[in-house]
Order: sequence, then structure tokens, then C-alpha cells
Amino acid sequence: MITIKGTREGLTLYIDDSCSFSEVLKELDQVLSTKYTDKDEPMITVTIQLGNRYLHKEQEEALREVIRRKNKLVVQSIDSNVITKKQALQWRDDSEIKAITKIVRSGQVVEIVGDLLLIGDVNPGGKIVASGNIFVLGSLRGVAHAGANGNTDAVIAASYMEPSQLRIADYISRSPDYESEGVYMECGLIDKEKSKIIIDRLQVLSQKRPDLNGFERRILNG
Amino acid sequence: MGEAIVITSGKGGVGKTTTTANLGTALALLEKKVCLIDTDIGLRNLDVVMGLENRIIYDIVDVIKKRCKLKQALIMDKRFECLYLLPAAQTSDKSELNPEGMKEIIAELKQEYDYILIDCPAGIEQGFKNAVVAADKAIVVTTPEKSSVRDADRIIGLLEKEDVEPPHLIVNRIRNHMVKQGDMLDVDEIVQVLSIELLGIVADDDEVIKASNHGEPVAFQPNTRASISYRNIARRILGESVPLMSLEDQQGVFSKVKKFFGMRT
Repeated sequence: MITIKGTREGLTLYIDDSCSFSEVLKELDQVLSTKYTDKDEPMITVTIQLGNRYLHKEQEEALREVIRRKNKLVVQSIDSNVITKKQALQWRDDSEIKAITKIVRSGQVVEIVGDLLLIGDVNPGGKIVASGNIFVLGSLRGVAHAGANGNTDAVIAASYMEPSQLRIADYISRSPDYESEGVYMECGLIDKEKSKIIIDRLQVLSQKRPDLNGFERRILNG
Repeated sequence: MGEAIVITSGKGGVGKTTTTANLGTALALLEKKVCLIDTDIGLRNLDVVMGLENRIIYDIVDVIKKRCKLKQALIMDKRFECLYLLPAAQTSDKSELNPEGMKEIIAELKQEYDYILIDCPAGIEQGFKNAVVAADKAIVVTTPEKSSVRDADRIIGLLEKEDVEPPHLIVNRIRNHMVKQGDMLDVDEIVQVLSIELLGIVADDDEVIKASNHGEPVAFQPNTRASISYRNIARRILGESVPLMSLEDQQGVFSKVKKFFGMRT
């Protein structure tokens, strides 16, 4: 029922997905207790492959508990091929591009999950928030917050960029104090080295954020 | 222990926000620690006039709802280190502000600042009450127009019921040539009707609009008429006695000659 493989990173447990969960726990307990580990060895990380088995929260906790009881073993991750419908819908929500046609005026807030494609303007005092990327086909003069749940790879692109503030994840940048013209066809993204938001030509996105291409990356990255 | 002064008018568009921004700047020029509070929830403007809009992260509603600390919401002015702004919320509803919360905030600010200027929203509803509740003093702003004086009178009546000292008056946007022709109320007339102490007069000056569009209060400029008026008012707030400025137009041959000799009218 349980196959153990050792890799350079640690142990991988393959758990057969056709038997009952209580048997899995019992067998796991036996298998792991027969393996003798040396006291001086460092902690061993364990990756669990469930195959086509779905575990809910309590089961997952029970599984972790069994392994935790063994010396020198740490569960690193639990992988499964299946997810619930709810999670799947959530995934789709997170990865969809939502198109909205609207002028976001002062005092209005547009907040969405996933990527936002705004066809229209954001006026000063208006605010747009998305958990993913933000693309504005129009003038961005207000506040835009991309990657609102902490995604530092998110970008903000606009046809005309003159924002009062750009926020990506927990980074904030504001417009300069001298009066300045906006720029056309530019995007804001986090420069990891400088650890701040920079504004650059749209063309750099293909190099700096190649992941923006396609839908698959989102399924793979979750 | 600082002093909280509410700046109110009843009528909209008479220059409450401009007055707040300029008195704050003028007091800061006199090296006082000043905090400006915008209580016009949903229609905030003080941040724009001060040119601080792009720095707002938290606002007064966040403070009241305990989503952040008071210190986090305060924005330091770009010109003075002793001048701060507590911005209003733009996206929330007026009902999110309450008198208890305001009292708490102002009590905390009084510990640290010499003057707290509260920019009041137009109207006499809850917004007005929130702005007034924690104030020690009040300044009523009016323009020399009948409707504005009428509303100022109403506000003075309402202020009498509150726990504040008798309000002071600022007459804003006086156009001297119109007063001379009798087309505009004269300052003495207004003071007589309202019968409160006059704190200052400010002439109608294009520079005011120009400056606030650049996000830089006019009081910061060295010698426009309006900036001198505002600085005089600030000195009167500190207790100095400063004579009222003459409203005579500076045009005409005589004044040009005076200017030539470096004399100020």
C-alpha cells in the first residue's frame, strides 16, 4: 500500500489510492516505526504523493500527526492529483481576466478577484484593486493595487499612466511632487533587486514577466 | 496641551478648505506644530489643496475603525516638518464617523500638537456635528454675499449650543471695487449683523486659486495680498494684535510710484 523512495531531498511516500484511509494510517504507523533512524542524523523531509486520493482537513491533520510522532521526520508537502469543485472554481476565479467597461470616478472602488481589464479611465480619487494583474485601456490617474493578496509578480499596465499611487502586493509608490506629465503605454512592476516598484515600457514585460503568457501557468502555479 | 479649532461656514464653496490649508501653513511658518483634519468624508479636498493626495494610505475612517494607528494615518507636509494632515476617506460613507471617535482622535492629537485645525464639511448635519464636537474654538468663514452671511448666522446659532468658545469671523473673497459701488456687503455691515469678533479679512485674489491648483497653499508665497492676510490671521490666533490690511487696490499711478520706492500699501 505504501511505497517509500529516498531522494536527495528526503523521503517520498507514495500512498496507494484504492484502499481505505484508516488502513493507510495503520500501515504508515507500522512501516515508519520499523525503519530505524540514527540519532545523529539531521531531520528528514517527507513528501507525500496521494495519487487520486482527496483528503479533507481532518484527514490531512491525522496523516501529519502520524508522521510527526516519528523522530526526525518532517512533512514538507502533501500532493494530490485531485481537488474539490470549490477549489477548482476558486482557481478559475483567480486566473480569469475580468473585463469591465466603466469610468472609475473619484470615491469609487472597483475590486475584483483575478486579473482586471478595465476599458475606461480611473480618475483621481478613484481606486481599482485586483488580486492578479491590472490592465487599463484608458487613463490611469487614480490608485491601482495589483496582487492585492500578496502576489509580487503582478503588474499594472495602462495606455496612459499618471497614477497618484501604484500598489503591488505590499509595495507602494507615489507620483512625484513636481507636476509631471503622464506616460503612454507603460507598466509598473516590482523590481526585485531594488525592492521597489518601477515604471517601464510595456515591451519589457515579455522579458521580465514571461509567465504572463497563457493560461497554463496559472493552473501550474495555483 | 494644544488647541482644537474648527473652521466652518454652513454654506459650501466659501473657502473653508482653503482657509484651513492656509492658516495651517501660516501657523507652521510661525513654527507651531499643526495638524489639519479633513472631516469631509466622501468629498475630501484638503489633501488636494495641500498637494498631498498621492501620499494617502490610511485615512480618518481607518483610524476610527481601528484599522490603523493614528500615527500611521498622519501625513507630513512636503514643506514643513511641523505640519501634518489627517485625510478624510473618499470611498466611505459619512455615517462612518462618530462624535466619540472624533473626541478620542483630537484628545490624542492635542498631546502633541499646538494647533489642530478641523476642516468642517458644508451643511449642518452629522458631518458638522462630528467636526464641532471636540473643538475648543471655532472660526466661521463667510463671503460678502447675503446667502453666505445668512448661513453663517445659522451656524453661529448652532455653535452657541455646542461646548465651544464664541466663534470668530473671517470674511473671505472681498472684492473692493464691488464693495465701493455698493454691490457687495461691506465688512462692517457683516460684523454688525453677525455680532461676533472679526478675526480677519481676505481679499479675492487670483493667486489663491492658482496656488491651490498647484497644491501649494498661497500663504507660503511671500507677498501676495491673500498670503499676507492669512499670515496676519495666524498671528492674531497666537494672540498678537495686528491691524487689518487695507483693501485698496494697488493699481493706479500713485501706488505704482509707491511700489517703485519699495513701499507697501
